Amino acid sequence: MDLTFASITDIAEAVQSKKVSAKEVTEHFAKRIDSLDEKLNSFTTRNDQALKDAEALDARIAKGEHVGPLAGVPFGIKEMFCTKGLKTTAGSKILENFIPPYDATVVARLKAAGIVVMGKLNQDEFAMGSSNETSFHGPTKNPWKLDCVPGGSSGGSAAAQAARLVAGTLGTDTGGSIRQPASFCGIVGVKPTYGRVSRYGIIAYASSLDQAGPMVSSVKDAALTMEVISGFDSFDSTTTQRSVPAWSKNLKADMKGMKIGLMKEYMTGGLHADVQKTVENAVDSLKKMGAEIVEVSVPMSEFAVPVYYLIAASEASSNLARYDGVKYGHRAEFKNLSAVELETFYGKTRGEGFGKEVKRRIMLGTYCLSSGYYDAYYNKAGQVRRLIMNEYLEAFKKCDVILSPVTTAPAFKIGERISDPLTMYLNDIFTTSTNLAGLPGMSVPFGLSQENLPIGIQLTASHFEEQKMLDVAFALEGASPVKGKNPHVI
Amino acid sequence: MSYRGYEAVIGIEIHVQLSTQSKIFSADSTSFEAGDNENTSPISVGMPGSLPVVNKKAVEYSIKTGLALGCDIRRKSVFARKNYFYPDLPKGYQISQYDQPLCENGSVTFKVDGVEKTVSITRAHMEEDAGKSNHHGDYTLINYNRAGIPLLEVVSGPDIRSPAEAAEYARTIRQIVRYLDVCDGNLEEGSLRCDCNVSVRKKGDPNFGTKVEIKNINSFRFVEKAIEFEIERQIDAVERGDKIIQETRLWDPDKNRTFSMRTKEDAQDYRYFPDPDLLPLTVSDAMIEQYRRELPELPIARAKRFQEEHALPEYDATVLTTEKDLADFYEETAKEANNFKASSNWVMTEILRELKEANKSIKDSPIRPKQLGQMIAMIDKGAISGKIAKTVFQEMWQTGKEPAVIVKEKGLVQISDPSAIEKIVEEVLAANGKNVEEYRSGKKAVFGFFVGAVMKASKGQANPELVNKILQEKLK
Repeated sequence: MDLTFASITDIAEAVQSKKVSAKEVTEHFAKRIDSLDEKLNSFTTRNDQALKDAEALDARIAKGEHVGPLAGVPFGIKEMFCTKGLKTTAGSKILENFIPPYDATVVARLKAAGIVVMGKLNQDEFAMGSSNETSFHGPTKNPWKLDCVPGGSSGGSAAAQAARLVAGTLGTDTGGSIRQPASFCGIVGVKPTYGRVSRYGIIAYASSLDQAGPMVSSVKDAALTMEVISGFDSFDSTTTQRSVPAWSKNLKADMKGMKIGLMKEYMTGGLHADVQKTVENAVDSLKKMGAEIVEVSVPMSEFAVPVYYLIAASEASSNLARYDGVKYGHRAEFKNLSAVELETFYGKTRGEGFGKEVKRRIMLGTYCLSSGYYDAYYNKAGQVRRLIMNEYLEAFKKCDVILSPVTTAPAFKIGERISDPLTMYLNDIFTTSTNLAGLPGMSVPFGLSQENLPIGIQLTASHFEEQKMLDVAFALEGASPVKGKNPHVI
Repeated sequence: MSYRGYEAVIGIEIHVQLSTQSKIFSADSTSFEAGDNENTSPISVGMPGSLPVVNKKAVEYSIKTGLALGCDIRRKSVFARKNYFYPDLPKGYQISQYDQPLCENGSVTFKVDGVEKTVSITRAHMEEDAGKSNHHGDYTLINYNRAGIPLLEVVSGPDIRSPAEAAEYARTIRQIVRYLDVCDGNLEEGSLRCDCNVSVRKKGDPNFGTKVEIKNINSFRFVEKAIEFEIERQIDAVERGDKIIQETRLWDPDKNRTFSMRTKEDAQDYRYFPDPDLLPLTVSDAMIEQYRRELPELPIARAKRFQEEHALPEYDATVLTTEKDLADFYEETAKEANNFKASSNWVMTEILRELKEANKSIKDSPIRPKQLGQMIAMIDKGAISGKIAKTVFQEMWQTGKEPAVIVKEKGLVQISDPSAIEKIVEEVLAANGKNVEEYRSGKKAVFGFFVGAVMKASKGQANPELVNKILQEKLK
């Protein structure tokens, strides 16, 4: 079996039925990481225990134990997830040497399902960025074109998955951080409904928007991984009590009776021609497969980007206050300068520990929450957020799934936008409203630009309607003109 | 209360530490005895990725307190983040309640110098405590055991007018939370902390003066003293024509004065906003009804009942209801004895005196209420005299034995057999012929001597009534 391109299901079945050992699988992918990651910079920390973990798994299988639906599947974990004993820096100097004493709930669930953790994956600092350039560990490269960004903030996960350094990865999505890099790197990325997946142990960026999800190579792999990580967690009050459907078993590509909504606001110019073409191709395909196309409108989505930045920055300014150099992480050197005032201690520690983009958002958020500005900014943003959600709910009365581009253009060049934060922020124009409304969304590859860069299609469904979204993605995947195409770097 | 034509306006915030087994947002223990930082987990030290989950018991205790204070309970209250930096605040924010607290609009009534006083409760909201900084010269150590301890902050209206009212208000709140068994009320261990807001104004002035906050006062006596000092200080300042500065002050018990900690100029902007990690706290009608049913009878109602149903004087009723355990002790005693006033007397005088001497609380009394009640019943039945009862009581206190056992073992049974007493009386009269003559010749005062002699001869066991009666007859 060709392990490199094998699906998660195939690997797990092969390992469970002893056609291949977890150790062999682990060695195979470890070699790929060894030889290829120098070019990509997708890994930040390797798991030295991976081989031992695989052997332990093999031993259990030898004893006839059932080891879960992801037995022996090599995974890479975004740095936002706490992993017991494995460095977790969130791409920031301020957590440079932080080794969590516990696993995030999703990581614990994946481990219980049998994955082998290969290591931690690069990301924008505290998930603030759309290009992976704000990482303390340096930028990750797009495996399709090494001078391009892989997207962000889950760029390390997208690049590692696209280059097949692992069989599956985990990302987090606050404003598009799974979908945009998935689109830029030509993989499948899913952001589940808010509350579907536990946030416990995931380093918080913006608590009311963050959600973890799989970044993998196929829709079925995504559905399977979602089944493992989803569900109520007594450690996260915001998780839902709803049961987790068997998405992977229920996948169906039959589009008859499916209503696909095309959002008016997305189609009004400004789109890169190749993106435009990809969206049109996807719509045509779905039509051919029997889907009905309807026009829907979410006029308030015009304000999604500013609302997103106000809310995300506000929550982040509070969430990141704990990084003060007192209990863990980076502390400024005070040998030659005594911290007479506490403010000096915090100022120097945080001044050194945080990067430029993180500081920018902390300041923006602090300002928004300040007395006298709260009503005009944070509170108002919350009101618009509710309006956006209501409009979505109206739209979903007319359709099952909304189809749109993920981004205005394919991956851009490293360094091209880093000095222009506003242009960078507008990159999230199609993805942020999904998070504001708490809806599930995903990206599925459907095109290649003339420069041979992947282009994804975004699908959004109503709350807890992941199955519909995955079904449409499954149908598109089957009809995809880029099926089987892989980045030249591998 | 009048101060040179001025009036004090006082409001008090009391932080009530809820006596739950685990912290407000984590499963960490709340035990006071734990070693430094022993009661911590990733959640209570605010490690990256950790999330709060609200403790149901803390909610229950808060609602019960709110109900006991006559508050409206919000069906949907909201936890907010109060953002500020301090090393003992692990997350850089404290989870508290801000514009939508759990309990609102209550009141509490108590008596000061015999006069009834009602103070409104503006709100009572849930929050987590911070850790504790221990300063050692040029370095500071932090103990996070307190971080995440559940607190209910009870905020009074500006209705208090004197230091005595303030102290009595605080005592009443303590009494209530102890009755509810939601807080041990231990001020030394910080289970109850008082912040007092004090301002003064010319009597009759409808406007408030500038208020000063006195923080973290850890005894009711100091509450009284600190406010007394502050009122005088503020009146002096006003009379001098100085402006009162809005500030936070601390009480120095050694120097008997308050001193400035920080002024409003360095006041924080806390940037409150709803905590996105916690959904709004929803409370159902059924929950409230259940907690209401579970509320114990509160001190004021109980004192009233003791006066009405037990016919106790107000003084007795008040003393006996200061603490729930004491009131329970009295009621159990009275039930066994079937005598309210006698039970009240024994509990208030003997039991409380012994406890005070031994520095024990009512829970530690070696005499159980049932035993005391049995002893009182024995007096009423004439089985023992009041005098013997004192001996029995002492023996019970020392040994914890049943009164009947003590009476039997020590042969303390009262002699109520008239023929036995007659015999002793005859002996006494025979041995004191001279006194008998004196009595018969009109010196009636000698009667007391005979009583004493008979009691002595019977080792105090003779029924005094019978002794009297028989003596009267024999001396005729």
